[in-house]
Amino acid sequence: MTDATAKPLVTMTGIDKSFPGVHALDNCRFDLRAGEVHALVGENGAGKSTLMKVLAGIYRKDAGVITIDGHEVEIANPRAAQDLGISMIHQELNLMNHLTVAQNIFIGREPRRRFSTFLLDDATLNRNAAQLLEMMHLKIDPRTKVADLTVAKQQMVEIAKALSYNARVLIMDEPTAALTEAEIAELFAIIRRLRSQGVGIVYISHRLEELKQISDRITVMRDGRYIDTVPTPDATIEQIIRMMVGRTIYESAPELPTEESREIVLEVRNLNRAGVLKDISFTLKRGEILGFAGLMGAGRTEVARAIFGADPIDSGEILVHGQPVRIKTPRDAVRHGIGYLSEDRKRYGLALKMDVETNVVLAALQKFVNAVGWVDRRRTTATANHHVATLAIKTPSLQQQVKNLSGGTQQKVVVGKWLTANTDILIFDEPTRGIDVGAKSEIYKLLNDLARQGKAIIMISSELPEILRMSHRIIVMCEGRITGELSSTEASQEAIMTLATQRGGIVADNGDTGGSPGGQSDSPRLVSMESQSA
Amino acid sequence: MSLETTSSIPFSRTIFRSDATQKILAFAGLIVLFVVFSLASPNFLTFNNIVGILLATAVNGLLALGVTYIIITGGIDLSVGTVMTLSAVMTGVAIVMWGLPIPIGVLVGIGTGALAGLVNGLTISKMKVPPFIATLGVMMMAKGLALVISGARPIYFNDAPAFREIAMGSLVGMIVPDYKIPNAVLVLFGAAIIAHLILTKTVMGRYNLAIGSNEEATRLSGVNVDRWKTAIYALGGAFSGIGGVIMAARLNSAQPALGAGYELDAIAAVVIGGTSLSGGEGTILGTIIGAFIISVLTNGLRILSVPQEWQMVITGAIVILAVYADIIRRRQK
Repeated sequence: MTDATAKPLVTMTGIDKSFPGVHALDNCRFDLRAGEVHALVGENGAGKSTLMKVLAGIYRKDAGVITIDGHEVEIANPRAAQDLGISMIHQELNLMNHLTVAQNIFIGREPRRRFSTFLLDDATLNRNAAQLLEMMHLKIDPRTKVADLTVAKQQMVEIAKALSYNARVLIMDEPTAALTEAEIAELFAIIRRLRSQGVGIVYISHRLEELKQISDRITVMRDGRYIDTVPTPDATIEQIIRMMVGRTIYESAPELPTEESREIVLEVRNLNRAGVLKDISFTLKRGEILGFAGLMGAGRTEVARAIFGADPIDSGEILVHGQPVRIKTPRDAVRHGIGYLSEDRKRYGLALKMDVETNVVLAALQKFVNAVGWVDRRRTTATANHHVATLAIKTPSLQQQVKNLSGGTQQKVVVGKWLTANTDILIFDEPTRGIDVGAKSEIYKLLNDLARQGKAIIMISSELPEILRMSHRIIVMCEGRITGELSSTEASQEAIMTLATQRGGIVADNGDTGGSPGGQSDSPRLVSMESQSA
Repeated sequence: MSLETTSSIPFSRTIFRSDATQKILAFAGLIVLFVVFSLASPNFLTFNNIVGILLATAVNGLLALGVTYIIITGGIDLSVGTVMTLSAVMTGVAIVMWGLPIPIGVLVGIGTGALAGLVNGLTISKMKVPPFIATLGVMMMAKGLALVISGARPIYFNDAPAFREIAMGSLVGMIVPDYKIPNAVLVLFGAAIIAHLILTKTVMGRYNLAIGSNEEATRLSGVNVDRWKTAIYALGGAFSGIGGVIMAARLNSAQPALGAGYELDAIAAVVIGGTSLSGGEGTILGTIIGAFIISVLTNGLRILSVPQEWQMVITGAIVILAVYADIIRRRQK
């Protein structure tokens, strides 16, 4: 454990970083001592990964000072970071799947045969790797191809690779995201061993209940700013969550459509997909906006894709207007009136180089074919004009290429496309991602208008204020399961975060914690979480 | 230190995985073709016919060796056919027009190929032009240059009779008189062994596989990806250069109009041999087997008097089947 008076190994102060259109880090600070696990937490987009990528030399800071052992350093690239003993293990693993474990660990630093700069000495390579793996108490053959390992083992290989650079600082970005409970225990054992050897470990995670088990201190970030650092034994989950979400950007009154008809438009029963989704059941009513909250990787997009026929399901039933339907492809989904608006609209939603008119009619082009077999331009123009007017799409002309429009306007074009295709169930996946603050309120207004017109809307969002402001009901997911459902009256950021971090094995007490205004004794404390997961 | 931790894990599992299966499949295909043609015609399994097949494989095999490296990086090389031609022409220019000694002429030919490969590599790694386009451009340039330099006329090596021996002489025949296996075949096997060693034993081969497997991860590991990629394309070009020299020696002339279309045969050989077009995996042995499958098929069908047009149709179908078998294998994994 950490000696509180220990001299910091790394300090970062006044760190600033901007990307075009985003102030990602604003005067951030962070410090790390040798032999501690320092957790870095925050909502999606809080700036955790960005801050650590600055330390790992992947991004260059715009301003600020980084010191190692009290000396100021400039970290220009990943190689410079490695030379300083800083290694980062990314969320998406950076391995070469076709190569062996040993080849991966020592890539770029292969031992050569005697008197040679060109010939590899694979015997030494394998021996060194075996030594390293044994030091980590890992039973992996260094000659195994990485592609043949489980994700957990691949992660261990990444750690071994980092250690082979004599890493003193090890940054782990969401290391448990893809691991099972047993594998997490194994990972934690290695982390503890490294800590006892004096390695400083930065542990980025969404999973608050893991932090007590593994971390010594917790630093919270929010909206690219440093919030606070607390010693783990003194912290409670509610306290951390409050620090994570306590912002006030969109705190205006919800503009919800008042009338709400009772007709159930979409019903999903016990949707299962091995390893991805478990027992997903919910209903969606006409004129309703149903929010789907959860952390990244909770399975929300996967639910949408399953309903839309983009991914296969193992079992489960989908009913549209009370009728059981079989949706095996997106085409089936569209025929049943379901439209999906991907979070990556540039990739999946739009033909970027084509104009507004073409994009609006694209999903329903067959409706515009005349007797000769040609596309009837007069009718497509009329339809496109209609949607440009009703959706207030800001474009100089119908012939404008979609790629030249702003993110918000592009989103409206996608909506126009689905309306042309006559869909009445619209699934919005992160509808305001990459859209600037001003244009966001227009998207919200659009969602409300659509709901008022009787469309049924599922809104997946990682932005809690957005979910809270826009939804009639909120479904919270964690690890492919629905962990709770909240009405708009009982929902709060704290309630959502509590449900969103309820991992498998802990029984979801739906809504209970949500109803409490926070800080009540029935909310799980970090201490109790440890005993439950152990 | 001990290797106890490692030796306790069964090794067979990894051996009977991925690469091996496709190679076994390709090899089995080759055997099947052999058996079928042998049964169908008494003229197939004769010494002279087998030598003919080996000789016919030499040039395509050499080109395919170079293309193997390129495809393992995840790229493609469309220029090997015309670069081969340009190398042949430059060899002719050096030996016939400039009167240089034959060994120098051979080096000029190989150097020409390497230079063209270097242009491919720099265009791809520095200018970031996609491999398909970069090598398409070099393919056209090489074709044009070969015609310009030669004046669109063949260059004959009649004044340097020893040059022909590089491909058509027989070192084996000098030792074992009954087995006049042409040198071109030795060159192919020699080049294949060197190519195999480069791919499996050297830094270059390791980075070749690493780049094809995950270019960004390789870059983040501190490997100078651009430089190695350039070198790999140059190496590929050098193999085309060797192909050009062998081609010229076989025909006793540099034919500037020949060469277009050879790149597709080479790519087909590589693909049949199990090298993945998405990069990261591939073997020299597979490529050689692939090249032989194409030659055996062509030869056998000709012996069975199948018209040349139909030979093309069948070869095309085989290419698709080979890749389809590979896709099925991957899906099952």
